[in-house]
Amino acid sequence: MAIMTYRDALNAALREELRRDDRVFLMGEEVAVYQGAYKVSKGLLQEFGEMRIVDTPITELGFAGVGVGAAMVGLRPIIEFMTWNFALLALDQIVNAAAKMLYMSGGQYNMPIVFRGPNGAALQLGAQHSQAWESWLAHIPGLKVVAPGTPADAKGLLKAAIRDDNPVMVLEGEMLYNVKGEVPDSSDFVIPLGKAEVKRAGTDASIITYGKMVNIALQAAEVLAKDGVQVEVLDLRTLRPMDVPAIVATVMKTNRAVVLEEGWEVCGMGAQVVDYIQRECFDSLDAPIVRVHQADTPMPYTKSLEKAAKPDLAKTVSALRAVCYLD
Amino acid sequence: MAKKKADPASVALNRELLRSMLLQRRFEERCAEAYALGKIGGFCHLYIGQEAVSTGTLSMLRPDDYVITTYRDHGQALARGLSARSIMAELFGRSDGCARGKGGSMHLFDKAHNFLGGHGIVGGHIPIATGVGFAIKYRGGDQCIVCFFGEAAINNGAFHEAANMAALWKLPVIYIIENNRYGMGTAIERASSIHDIYERAGSYDMARDVVDGQDVFAVRDVVGRAVERARTQGTPTLLEVRTYRFMGHSMSDAVSGTYRTKAELDQYLKRDPIMLLRQRMQDAGEISEDEMAALDAELKALVQDAWDFADASPELPLEALYEDVLVDTTSDAADAAAR
Repeated sequence: MAIMTYRDALNAALREELRRDDRVFLMGEEVAVYQGAYKVSKGLLQEFGEMRIVDTPITELGFAGVGVGAAMVGLRPIIEFMTWNFALLALDQIVNAAAKMLYMSGGQYNMPIVFRGPNGAALQLGAQHSQAWESWLAHIPGLKVVAPGTPADAKGLLKAAIRDDNPVMVLEGEMLYNVKGEVPDSSDFVIPLGKAEVKRAGTDASIITYGKMVNIALQAAEVLAKDGVQVEVLDLRTLRPMDVPAIVATVMKTNRAVVLEEGWEVCGMGAQVVDYIQRECFDSLDAPIVRVHQADTPMPYTKSLEKAAKPDLAKTVSALRAVCYLD
Repeated sequence: MAKKKADPASVALNRELLRSMLLQRRFEERCAEAYALGKIGGFCHLYIGQEAVSTGTLSMLRPDDYVITTYRDHGQALARGLSARSIMAELFGRSDGCARGKGGSMHLFDKAHNFLGGHGIVGGHIPIATGVGFAIKYRGGDQCIVCFFGEAAINNGAFHEAANMAALWKLPVIYIIENNRYGMGTAIERASSIHDIYERAGSYDMARDVVDGQDVFAVRDVVGRAVERARTQGTPTLLEVRTYRFMGHSMSDAVSGTYRTKAELDQYLKRDPIMLLRQRMQDAGEISEDEMAALDAELKALVQDAWDFADASPELPLEALYEDVLVDTTSDAADAAAR
């Protein structure tokens, strides 16, 4: 185990997989000479050269399609989006090409490709740079979607994504890149896709969350613990395919659930989690489920309004207290 | 070329070209019939009139080259060597189709022929072709990829992004614009700010040419130069091939009367690519009336066989609905290490 940042964990995952398999290459804006807009690809150009660490023009649709074409004929591209906000320009390639190629070719062309980059809001970046797209991506059959919340998960899930023979979307977080944590050193450390993890065990209520929100959930659990309430934190880690048995297990254990996500409420990931719970745990609930999410507005630049728009610790604590009937 | 009566190799080649083009024509005539009978569903875009483009282009490729195209893909699939049976079964939505019946008319695929699909979003497959070119360069091969699209796609951002990268990175991609003059019902003059659209390649310092798409030999000539350029220099080419679609955009579109006149259509029908080749061969004494009739009969029988095969092929069982959404494999260490 080593203590490293989320950024360095991703860098280690890329480096190890580039070494392991020469079909793997990294392509995107500023990944090579600039060393990555967020320095995730630092040093990779120097080790692997310009054929495998490839700077592109600012053409999300174009280079996403280049990745799809390369994957069709046997390479294993990692396509970096500087942020997922920009990936909207590439949705045709992700949704119409990568996600469907296997199916519409009758099983002939699978897509060993990774699309990755930071997702969700950072600080005061305004409406176009502060969006969480996971529900858009998780909506699509033919894709896998992961959202690591810790450095160890970042390494293990990215490595699994690169080795997977399907298109995998890796949603990172700008606000996570500097977060430190313990990360296994082994170059064979891989976290299976589709497996949630209980990040903190508890008996009185469950928070079901993923990605950047895992840290807030853990802090909220800490706050509730002072009142003697033991909160279980379930980190989904993979959003498609979702680990439904893990969701059912935690809710059957605690009978109370808060679903915490970064994005918008309407058609959000939380709506899907709530549906799984009502299907499988209807008779086990002791309180209505509460969702915590972003306000139903574009993200304001205004500092106080931005804070009010985002899900945070106070809102999460309040939701937990509500499902426990503490107020 | 066709005048070289004495050259048996040339005669054999010309017969192959004629056979390829006539097969597409006879195949698609039956497609129209099958569509009317409800055996083919959904959208069905016929290629009739453009056969010299597919045959002329694909006759210049090697089996290890790659082909990618649009939803008007039956002719190119046949010219690439996919069997008439597997294509007709696909159009009928049957399990013996080249995509097990799950793709349909617009999504013909065949990995064995490096036929990377018919694609349904205008312009969407052009960056994919650039990516295949990238992979060829990455591996150091001397193959190329041919990417077909209509003249309407040239106005699409995907084309420009893809063309810029292919030229910037020197990738062996041959972009073939099949300029049939109409993007559905919108004439090129109403959609493009310039009309010599091969000149768009100038923006990317890319080799380019324009050719009569009703003349299979002219198509072969320019494609041959582009293939040579791709193999030896690894660089891309944009070719504008001027052709004409004799049928409507799709089965629901009248052949003429709304966006193009009967008189215009009649003018182009005089330059039917199959008729032109046949005339040339007859003039050169390369094929007799009897031989022509025999070839036609053979191809009609071949298409009938494809129809019967497709008709007899079952649809996939209902369990197949959930098959091929994802694969359940990963690249294992041994596989990765072996490379």
